[in-house]
Amino acid sequence: MTATVTAPAGAPPRRSLIAQNPSILWFLAILATFCFGVTFLAEATGTGAISTSMVKTLGKTLCLCLVALAMDVVWGYCGILSLGHMAFFGLGGYAIGMWLMYARTEIIVAQSLAEATLPPTEAEIRDGIATQIFGVVGGNEFPAVWAFAHSLPAQLAMVVLVPGLLALVFGWLAFRSRVTGVYLSILTQAMTLALSLYLFQNDSGLRGNNGLSGLQNIPGLESLGQDVISIAFFWASALALALGYLLFAWIVSGKMGSVIRAIRDDEARVRFLGYHVESFKLVVFTLTAIVSGIAGALYYPQAGIINPAELAPIASIYLAVWVAIGGRGRLYGAVIGAALVSLLSSWFTGGGAPDVDLGVYTVQWTDWWLVLLGVSFVLVTLFAPKGLGGLVDLIAERRAPQRVGDYGPDKSALRREEGPPQGGEE
Amino acid sequence: MSALLEVSGVSVTFDGFRAINNLSIAIGEPELRAIIGPNGAGKTTFMDIVTGKTRPDTGRVTWGERSLSLLGLSESAIAREGIGRKFQKPTVFEAQTVRDNLRMALKNRRAPLDVLVWRERTDDTARIEEIAAEIGLSAHLPRIAGELSHGQKQWLEIGMLLAQEPRLLLVDEPAAGMTPAERAHTTDLLKRAARTRAVVVVEHDMEFVRRLGCKVTVLHEGAVLAEGSIDHVAANRDVIDVYLGR
Ligand SMILES: Nc1ncnc2c1ncn2[C@@H]1O[C@H](COP(=O)(O)OP(=O)(O)OP(=O)(O)O)[C@@H](O)[C@H]1O
Ligand SMILES: [Mg+2]
Repeated sequence: MTATVTAPAGAPPRRSLIAQNPSILWFLAILATFCFGVTFLAEATGTGAISTSMVKTLGKTLCLCLVALAMDVVWGYCGILSLGHMAFFGLGGYAIGMWLMYARTEIIVAQSLAEATLPPTEAEIRDGIATQIFGVVGGNEFPAVWAFAHSLPAQLAMVVLVPGLLALVFGWLAFRSRVTGVYLSILTQAMTLALSLYLFQNDSGLRGNNGLSGLQNIPGLESLGQDVISIAFFWASALALALGYLLFAWIVSGKMGSVIRAIRDDEARVRFLGYHVESFKLVVFTLTAIVSGIAGALYYPQAGIINPAELAPIASIYLAVWVAIGGRGRLYGAVIGAALVSLLSSWFTGGGAPDVDLGVYTVQWTDWWLVLLGVSFVLVTLFAPKGLGGLVDLIAERRAPQRVGDYGPDKSALRREEGPPQGGEE
Repeated sequence: MSALLEVSGVSVTFDGFRAINNLSIAIGEPELRAIIGPNGAGKTTFMDIVTGKTRPDTGRVTWGERSLSLLGLSESAIAREGIGRKFQKPTVFEAQTVRDNLRMALKNRRAPLDVLVWRERTDDTARIEEIAAEIGLSAHLPRIAGELSHGQKQWLEIGMLLAQEPRLLLVDEPAAGMTPAERAHTTDLLKRAARTRAVVVVEHDMEFVRRLGCKVTVLHEGAVLAEGSIDHVAANRDVIDVYLGR
């Protein structure tokens, strides 16, 4: 072995984010095309070929793609199989939902009291709002958690703070005790289950199983129809997804990405390099929880309603399934998985798919969709561990760009094709 | 020469089995030290204790000028104090390139925020390439580490150790799986490193240890059996009985 080989002259030490992640440009281009296409076909802004409810479905799908991105970073890149990220998503939804519901009820109450002879006092309006909102659970005053519900900035801050703080405290406790693997997954399931059960109670202060409703009506924008609002939320969701993609692409590339993937593959070894593994996990866990909260805050105004069932443990498991099917350890994989599976899911369960008459038995997709999903999950896990995103490798392999940053979970076949670098074999 | 690392009266018991028994070792700076001993003598466990992987039942482990106790520190804090380690079974990050592996090991700030905003400067690149040349992997920098041969992985791990610029290098069986030429090169490399640092090498191969030409500590059943030059310990009756004469 000769130890004095000179450094290969062309080795690029520093490369831009986009050069490291060629998928960014592709992703943004496809997303922009999709958004303009939908806008062009929507009722408010275009031909009307796409109904307003379809625009909402597509906008919601973009939010699901965003939470899937977060899941991919925490699981696919950092190796923390969190089965609780939909809880953060739900909390974001609740945070914004409280303001939406409060502000809209305030307008309604103010209108109805305006007809009275005496102008209503502040307290009367507040009582009116409380009775309207909490009548269903037999209450007529505001629980403490609603203290800031009248303030949009405060509730927007909650969208970030509530999931962020919960993740910070939960993650700190769990990672500090070095809970990993299956135990951590179970712990996150317990967290989301506990939250959901708590919210189901009427005295949780968030209307128990009724949840928050009427969220599609944006206070102050009553003059605009749902067709316009749906397009606005659609674009907001697309923007959030684009920014989320850029943020996560930045995080998983470069040295941070190296360390995160190293933690996934062998966290004990990373410690001996001097990295405090728990802090890194905590940063990733908390950051992805915050992004999940933001995704939820954009999702529920389009859904119109949020209730504790949204935080059920199964929701977070679905999230993991989407990411696995799409291909974990690559950002676009998560987007593909979430978009495809959630859209298919609403098509099948919404009665869109025609029943299959087998003569002796009629397959009704509303019942059988979950079976199909489960089977697909097993098949993908067994036979295509790279997920649908792995298909992209087949295309990219032919062009074989020299990439130094964003690897999938496996020793990628792509890189083996690249062969030895300029310096040549010794 | 005051001791950089001082292990005194340390014992470790695994399920009733005493793997380390009242062990005391002091390493100076700079110093090259070889540790030999039969399988199960406790050589790797000694490194586990120093690097924070295993907590001893009794004893003290102190470090540096201020005699800092390492026993309360986490593995990562100990590594940041300047103790680097190469494992017996080569452990590199197989899914990442050789360059990424070295880059991660490079002596830089380790906090998440520092890592996030870190950008490779020219001197970082130069340092990576210098180390790669030293370990003979210059041509392999863009390769996935998992594709390297066993010997090359050993080299890479040694390179990562050098990149950390530790004050103390703990090297567990560096020459396993290497050709004679590679072994000679490893010896040179360790000797060179030991000019400015403390280097502790665990090795089975007597020829290798002889070529290091340094003080040798013989471990047996978790305690020091003999200490001195290679010729001195090789002549020791107890050492011949338990180890060399097998
Ligand atoms: N985590 C552990 N749990 C139980 N026993 C252990 C553990 N680690 C080490 N041992 C035992 O302690 C003894 C010393 O092990 P150690 O690995 O330190 O030996 P060694 O000198 O490095 O041997 P080798 O030359 O084979 O590498 C062995 O008997 C081993 O089985
Ligand atoms: Mg050993």
